[in-house]
Amino acid sequence: MHVPDGFIDAPVSVATGVVAAGAVAVSLRGARRELDERTAPLAGLVAAFIFAVQMLNFPVAAGTSGHLLGGALAAILVGPYTGVLCVSVVLLMQSVLFADGGLTALGVNITDMALVTTVVAYALFRAIVKLAPHRRRTVTVASFVAALISVPAAAVAFTAIYALGGTADVAIGKVFAAMVGVHVLIGIGEAAITALTVGAVVAVRPDLVYGARGVTARPLEIRSSPLAPAAPGAVARAEGPVTEPAATTSGTSEPAGIPESAGAPELAGASGAPEPAAGPRRSVRPVWWAGLAAALLCAGVISFYASASPDGLEKVAHDKGIDQKAEDHAAKDSPLADYGVKDITDARLSGGLAGVIGVGATLAVGSGVFIVIRRRRATAESGRG
Amino acid sequence: MTDPATTPPSLQVSGLAYAYPDGHQALFGVDLTVARGERVALLGPNGAGKTTLVLHLNGILTAGAGTVTVAGLPVAKAHLAEIRRRVGIVFQDPDDQLFMPSVREDVAFGPAAAGLRGPELEERVRRALERVGMAEFADRPPHHLSFGQRRRVAVATVLAMEPEILVLDEPSSNLDPASRRELADILRSLDVTVLMVTHDLPYALELCPRSVVLSGGVIAADGGTQELLCDEELMREHRLELPFGFDPRSVTVPAFPVG
Amino acid sequence: MGAGHAHKLYREGRSPVHALPPHCKIAAVFCFVLVVVSTPREAVWAFGAYAVLLAGVVAAARIPAGYVLRRLLIEIPFVAFAVLMPFIAEGPRVEVLGMSLSESGLWSAWNILAKGTLGVAASVLLASTTELRALLLGLQRLRMPSLLVQIASFMIRYGDVISDEMRRMRIARQSRGFEARGVRHWGVLASSAGALFIRSYERGERVHLAMVSRGYTGTMPVIDDVTASRTQWMYAAALPLTALAVCLTGWMLP
Repeated sequence: MHVPDGFIDAPVSVATGVVAAGAVAVSLRGARRELDERTAPLAGLVAAFIFAVQMLNFPVAAGTSGHLLGGALAAILVGPYTGVLCVSVVLLMQSVLFADGGLTALGVNITDMALVTTVVAYALFRAIVKLAPHRRRTVTVASFVAALISVPAAAVAFTAIYALGGTADVAIGKVFAAMVGVHVLIGIGEAAITALTVGAVVAVRPDLVYGARGVTARPLEIRSSPLAPAAPGAVARAEGPVTEPAATTSGTSEPAGIPESAGAPELAGASGAPEPAAGPRRSVRPVWWAGLAAALLCAGVISFYASASPDGLEKVAHDKGIDQKAEDHAAKDSPLADYGVKDITDARLSGGLAGVIGVGATLAVGSGVFIVIRRRRATAESGRG
Repeated sequence: MTDPATTPPSLQVSGLAYAYPDGHQALFGVDLTVARGERVALLGPNGAGKTTLVLHLNGILTAGAGTVTVAGLPVAKAHLAEIRRRVGIVFQDPDDQLFMPSVREDVAFGPAAAGLRGPELEERVRRALERVGMAEFADRPPHHLSFGQRRRVAVATVLAMEPEILVLDEPSSNLDPASRRELADILRSLDVTVLMVTHDLPYALELCPRSVVLSGGVIAADGGTQELLCDEELMREHRLELPFGFDPRSVTVPAFPVG
Repeated sequence: MGAGHAHKLYREGRSPVHALPPHCKIAAVFCFVLVVVSTPREAVWAFGAYAVLLAGVVAAARIPAGYVLRRLLIEIPFVAFAVLMPFIAEGPRVEVLGMSLSESGLWSAWNILAKGTLGVAASVLLASTTELRALLLGLQRLRMPSLLVQIASFMIRYGDVISDEMRRMRIARQSRGFEARGVRHWGVLASSAGALFIRSYERGERVHLAMVSRGYTGTMPVIDDVTASRTQWMYAAALPLTALAVCLTGWMLP
C-alpha cells in the first residue's frame, strides 16, 4: 500500500504532508509526555521491531503468505502517540532508503498508514477494553477487532485521499469497493496476527502492553546482614518511599503515562491484566460472533464487488499479492541488504486467489485463529502454573 | 594507597533497600564501602540483586531506604549529572552501551552531554580510545567490531567521562580467552577505583584483591578474594562455584591491601 | 542497515554527487520529485527530459545503470496497478490490438508509470550516493525534529540487531523441527513476534539506562554537523531548477 510519487496529485500530496507533519508533531509531544527522555530509545527500538516484524512471514495456504502491517500492533503495545511515531519513522526510512513509497507521497502514506490505522485501532481498542469485562482475554479480543477494522479504515482513508487528488480516472465506487474489499481480507490476517502477538506479550509481560499496565507495590522489608546487624532505624525508614520508586527508569513509565489517559481503560485493563487465568475455556462466544460478523461483512463486500467489476478485484488482489510475495523474498536472508533486489518472478498469485480466500477461507481463518488462540492461551496459562 | 582518613571513599553504600514498582524487593539493607583506588569484585548468585545495586550507584534507581555516596557526594536528584559523570557503568551487553552510529560519536557522547565541545572533546575521545587500544577504530560503526572490541569500546565510552569509579557488569562474559586477557590488562593499567560484578571467579581473583558476596539482597561476606574463594562452606551456601580444576590456593596474588 | 557507512544500498564512490552535503541532496531530490509530480501528464516530452537529467546525474555519480534499474523493481506492484488501469477506467475507449481500452485510463497508467519511476529513480540515486549516517545528519540539518532524527537513528542502529534476533529465533524454531506451513502455525509465529517485541522493548530500556548513565537528559549532544557552501547549494539546485524550467515549459506549451 506504499503509494508512489505521481499517484496523488501535487496539491493533495502537499496537504496530506501538512496533516502528517501535524500528526507527527502532536505525537512527538504526546510521546514525550508519556515516555519523557525514554522516548528516543524506546520509540527507536519499537520502530526497529515494527520494521523487522513486517518481514516475518505468515504462511496462509498453498505457498502464499502475508505479513504484518503493524499499525494496530504498535498502537496497542506502545500507545497511539508512540505508535504513530514508530510507524511514521518506518515509512520515512523505507521511502528514503528503499524508495518504497514516494518522497512526495510520504504525507499520503503517513496519514494513511501511520495516522489512520493507529488512531482507529487505538480508539476501538480503548472502547472495547472499557466496555467489556476486565479480563486478560478482553485485551486479546479488543486487539483483534481493533486491527480488523483499522486496515479497511486505512483503505477508506486512502479512497478519500484518492477522491480528492487521484490522478487516475477510475470511478470512486470501484476504488472504494476494491480497496475496502481487499483490505477486509488483509485486515483479518492482520487482526489474527495482532491478537496473537498481543496475547503472547500479555501472557509474559502484561506491563509492557500499553493497555494493561499496573502497579502493585509492597512495603519494603529489611533483612539483617550476617556481617552487620541491621541498623535500628532501617525498618522505620523503609515505609514511605515505596510509592515513589525509580527516579528515571521504571518510575517515569507509570506516573508519566497515566495523566494523559487518566481514568481510561488502561487503568481498567490494568486491574484485569494481572488477574490469574480465570478458567481458560470460558466464554469465547463474543469472539466467535466477532469472527462471524467479520466473515459476513467480508463475504458481502466481496460478492458485491465481484459482481460489479471482476477485473478490478483481481487487480488489487494481484497487486497486494505481489507486494507481499516480494517482501517475503526480501526477508529470506539479509532482509535489509536484499531489499532493493526483489525477486518477483514468482508471481503465480492470480486474481482467483481473492475469490478462494474470500469467502471460504474467511470463515476457516477466523475460526481457526480462535481455536489456536484458545489452545495456546490454555497451554500458556497451564505452563505458567 | 591514599589515606582513607583524608579522602572520602569512592563509594559508600549504607542500609540500602529497594523494591521494584511491581513489588519485588531486591535489596534488603546493603552496606558497602570502597576506598579510592581499590579494585573490588561483587560476587553473588543470579537474582542476588547485583544489577539492582549497580543501578543505585548512579541514581538510575532511587533508594527505597538508605543512602549511596560517591566520593563524598550523596546520590540525589540535585546533582545527578555530576554523579553520573563520576560513576561510569559498563553494561553487560555492549550492543546496549554502543548506541551511536560510530565508535567516535559513541565515546564522545558522555563528555558531549556534559558540555565538552571541539578539540577538547576530540582529545578526550582519542585518549579514551588509546587507553583501550581501539584508537584506529574510531570511525567504524560499532556493529562492525568483534565482541571483544565492542566490550573494549564500551569501557572507553565510560573512561572518556573520567569517572571516579568504574563499575563493570560481567566484564568477561562472552569473551574468548585472548580478549579476556586483553581486557584484564587494560583494567589493571587503569588508575581508577573499580567495582566489578562477575560470576567469573578466577577473573575476580586475578584482578580484584577484595571481594564482597551479595546474596539475598544483603552483603553476606566481605574480605580478601582468595580467602573467600577458599571458604568452601561460604561458597556453597551462596551458589558460588569454581571452574573445574581451579584451585584458588594455588594462585599467588598480591596481598590484600588495607582499605 | 545498521552497518552504518556500508549498507548495501549505498555505493561507495568519490564522485561530485557523493561529495555534495547530504541536506543539499535531500532537498534537491525532494524538489525534483515535486516538480515531476506537478508536470502535466500530456507533456510526454517533459518526462523524457527528466529522465535524461536523471541519467546525467547517474553518470556524474558513476553509478552503473544496471544497479539503478535493478533497484527500480521496488515499484513493480504499482506497475501492475498501472497496467490494469486502461481496462477499468471510465470514459471514451480506443481499440488497441483488439482490446478496448479507456483513453483516460491509458493516460493515467502513463502518468503513474512515468512519475512513479522518476520518483523511485531519484530516491535510489539519493540512497546510493549518501551514507546512512549522512542521510540522518542531512535530515537533522533540514530541521527535522531532533527527536524524530534520534528515533530514526536508533531504528537504523538496532534494525540489524533485531533482525538478527528474529533470524536466531527462526533457526531455533527450525532446529526443533518446526516449519510454519499454514494458519494453524500462526500462534507459534506470533509468540515469536511477541517475544521479539519484549526483547526489543527491554533492549530499549537498557539502551536508555546506558544513555542516562552517561548523562543523557533528553537531548542529543550535537557531535557532528554538516555544512554546505553556496557553491555546493548551487550544484545541488541545478537538478530541480532545470526540471522546473522543463515543467514550466510543459505548462506553457499547449
